[in-house]
Amino acid sequence: MVLVTIFILPLLGGAAIAAVPGRRSTAWVAVATNGAALVLGILTAARVVRHGPLSGAWGALRADALSVFMVIVIGAISLMASWVGIRTMAREQAEEQGNPARSSRYGMLVQAFVAFMLLAVLAANVGVLWVAVEATTIVTVFLVGHRRTRGSLEAAWKYIVICSVGIALAFLGTVFVYLAALHAGGHSAQALDWTSLMAHAHRFNPSLMRLAFGLLVLGYGTKVGLAPMHSWLPDAHSQAPAPVSALMSGVLLTVAFYAILRFKAVTDVTLGPGFARTLLVVVALLSLALAASLLITQRDYKRMLAYHSIEHMGLIALGAAAGIRLAIAAVLLHILGHGLAKSVLFLTSGEIMAAEGTSQIDGVRALLARRPALGGVFGVGLVALLGLPPFSLFTSELVMVRAEFQVGLGWAAVLAMVAMVVIFIAVVGHARHMLLGPPESPGVAVPPPRWVATPLVGGLAVCGFIGVFAWPLSGLLEAAARVVAS
Amino acid sequence: MTGSSYSSALTLAAGAVLVCAVATLWLASIRSVISVMAAQGLALGLVAVVLGVHLHDVGLLAAAAVVVIVKGVVIPVLLGRASGASSDARESRPLVNVPASLVASSALIALAFVTGRGVARFVGTTAGALVPIGIATLLIGFFVLVARRRPTFQIVGLLMVDNGIALTAFLCTAGFPFLIELGVSFDVLLGVVVLMVLSQRLRIEFGDVDLDELQELHD
Repeated sequence: MVLVTIFILPLLGGAAIAAVPGRRSTAWVAVATNGAALVLGILTAARVVRHGPLSGAWGALRADALSVFMVIVIGAISLMASWVGIRTMAREQAEEQGNPARSSRYGMLVQAFVAFMLLAVLAANVGVLWVAVEATTIVTVFLVGHRRTRGSLEAAWKYIVICSVGIALAFLGTVFVYLAALHAGGHSAQALDWTSLMAHAHRFNPSLMRLAFGLLVLGYGTKVGLAPMHSWLPDAHSQAPAPVSALMSGVLLTVAFYAILRFKAVTDVTLGPGFARTLLVVVALLSLALAASLLITQRDYKRMLAYHSIEHMGLIALGAAAGIRLAIAAVLLHILGHGLAKSVLFLTSGEIMAAEGTSQIDGVRALLARRPALGGVFGVGLVALLGLPPFSLFTSELVMVRAEFQVGLGWAAVLAMVAMVVIFIAVVGHARHMLLGPPESPGVAVPPPRWVATPLVGGLAVCGFIGVFAWPLSGLLEAAARVVAS
Repeated sequence: MTGSSYSSALTLAAGAVLVCAVATLWLASIRSVISVMAAQGLALGLVAVVLGVHLHDVGLLAAAAVVVIVKGVVIPVLLGRASGASSDARESRPLVNVPASLVASSALIALAFVTGRGVARFVGTTAGALVPIGIATLLIGFFVLVARRRPTFQIVGLLMVDNGIALTAFLCTAGFPFLIELGVSFDVLLGVVVLMVLSQRLRIEFGDVDLDELQELHD
């Protein structure tokens, strides 16, 4: 019952927006429902860690520690994004390019997006997971194209065509997994449940599973934004409204990665860890190399953040390749930390873009002096994202590297660190450009209102808090890692 | 149904799916391509019907009905309406010309038979032996996607990729459980609608362009 409620809550928020369009108060209802989903997720997590997995909706939904961890990630980021989204929409209406119908449609699509993402991680069945991920692809198209400029329409077209191909390949992979399961004596109705797959995977046909997992990595990897299937990502992230970029970066990419993580567990049972590891190491290193090379010459700060997401997805893939429990726990912590920091940065970049009127790095100067609040949040966010202490990304990156050395992937970890150093230098260079320096004209900038600053500062505070005190999460992380790592 | 008539009916229906795929390569008018896609949808539904009758599987027959309605009727009608309003009724300058496309498609079919053999042998049934046809349809769909430049043709390419995968799924596993099949069809339908709305907006914003002229965004 509680699982159904978690899934329904964001939809109720969307229904509220649909029922009374164009009112700011109904948008707050949506924020409240997303917050409630987060709280329910945390409560469920506490229960799952203590008493084991929960089922709901006649077995269609299932929450183990990994699922509820993802629910918390989705809940936290959607809370921030819908909160700041109120400001984005209010601004759009003031600039007369928006009308109430458009902003309420935006709100409904965001809520549908959140609901489908929650369904994807709570689904007991890999088929339902696929349907939910595909549904979010479709819902996001109009969010990417929301501004209806040439750039945003082009980004939306690329996004749906590339991701549809990707998700189709993931479907073919799912078909082959189902075939393997049926031949191993699975019952057609339950053969696609995660629990049944894990239980029978040792009897699956190995060469079929190799083919299936390859397709699944290619397919869901497209949505994760792993190279070489990443080409939609920078365009979509830079053209979408800021809250949508935050949701895509923090939620969409990681939920697709969650699918890979689950299928990797099944594949590992059939084939041993070697096959999945090789595949993930290759895409991870490719992604890191690509992100590093394109970040050096980046001129647009939203695209900079987008390529930074590709880097972090590469790091996560490398951590997953290591595959031991320690590595998976770090991967999950990294998913949460990256989601929080990157969402704050995207949301702040939306504010900066509105204030400065450009998304070019060259067009923004001396932000810390002129707009201390925005510049400060942006700067601290970058510090978090670059993996400096005290933020949780520092901890998770350190642990991932340690785990990679433990399983003999030290060489890959060293290559990754080289890429990270290059990225560090490139991003610090861009950030110095934007943040530091004397202001050209002494003007008084209006800081963002306190209700907008609250979720941004809050997100960074949480990211710092879990970096220093891991204890509230350690039980959950351990239990979640145990789900997919032996 | 007797064994031999089952196997020939199935081969015929699956073969029709592939023939439709190849036919889209040499047709330049979008109207006729849409009719061919409708025929492909119907052929796909027929595959499911034949399998369903043979296996006495009611769920599969229901899935066949959904496929026929969605892919054989609804999507082609929607596509036809959208393209009726536009002037991109012909693919003027495909990146690959017709003779070369046909040569490429025969190469893709050969490739599908080489790669699909392993899966076909693993499935080991009459239906399983036809799996390469599904893979060939999928590959030709990819080819349409990269070789054609009009938005409507790209939608057709995506649809064909999807049909190829659906055919493979029917032949390998006699389809997914019905509810999932329903969800998948619904997603496909929604995806096509979204693509059509988006291509309309592209047309309003850019005029009649080829997709490779979209170059606002790059690094």
